[in-house]
Amino acid sequence: MTDQTRATSGVRAFAGVAVGDELPPRTIHVDRARLVQYAGASLDRNRIHWDERFAKSVGLPDVIAHGMFTMGSAVTVVSDWVGDAGRVLEYGVRFTRPVVVPYEEGADIEVGGVVKALDKDKRRATIELSATSSGDKVLGKAIAVVQLD
Amino acid sequence: MPVNADFEGRSYPSTKPYGVSAAKIREFAEAVGSSDPVHVDRDVARARGYADVIAPPTFAVLIAQQCDRQLILDPEAGIDYSRVVHGEQKFVHHRPLTAGDSIVGTLHVDGVREAGGHAMVTTRTELATESGEPVCTATSTIVIRGGE
Repeated sequence: MTDQTRATSGVRAFAGVAVGDELPPRTIHVDRARLVQYAGASLDRNRIHWDERFAKSVGLPDVIAHGMFTMGSAVTVVSDWVGDAGRVLEYGVRFTRPVVVPYEEGADIEVGGVVKALDKDKRRATIELSATSSGDKVLGKAIAVVQLD
Repeated sequence: MPVNADFEGRSYPSTKPYGVSAAKIREFAEAVGSSDPVHVDRDVARARGYADVIAPPTFAVLIAQQCDRQLILDPEAGIDYSRVVHGEQKFVHHRPLTAGDSIVGTLHVDGVREAGGHAMVTTRTELATESGEPVCTATSTIVIRGGE
């Protein structure tokens, strides 16, 4: 079966995209092991992201995820929709609430996206992302600009 | 204010080059759950027109935060790192960070302001190759919480 929304490159075609289109949502599960993995990969080893005793000593409810983990994992909704991670030209967020990650069950981050604007001349789309955890909005003003084919 | 306001407008010298490796790209992509093969398969990357495997969109933070440390650790700036919270982050990619790149970062302090007893510092790190090709502009706002 051929997907008519994709050009031969595998990148989504501009012609098949409309303002208001919703990107397939995703639930991202995060636990302590994942935060240690991200700490090593990103070189951000702040103890509030893996050491519960330390996190609580500085007034946090528990270990919290790196804001940059949330930002980096949320954008996979966009890069998978576009078909090439290299087509994400701009990406910005505001960190509104921390993602609290309890030892036992970890946390879920619910991520969605919607096409907010299109630039016909440049074949670019502006995507607004939403991200919530335990009912809290964890990213605000989460906007990505992507280059379509 | 828990930061020296005189730092607005200040720039730092370019950092020593950071070598972007395929191994670090893979490690970062796995950590954020980015399953696009363009991060790990050179043939896929080349078929899409890239010189080698490319980094996920937020990988640049790894280099930018090393640059930010110049400000955070600058005793004159007066920042207590234990009170720092990440407020905002933005990347504008001029092209994807690619394995084999040797990247230098130049840190600029674009804004220092106070809001509700906290200080907010906006930094901009220009990432470029050693030969001067612009790769990414990373803008970050950190919040330094005021005293209780």
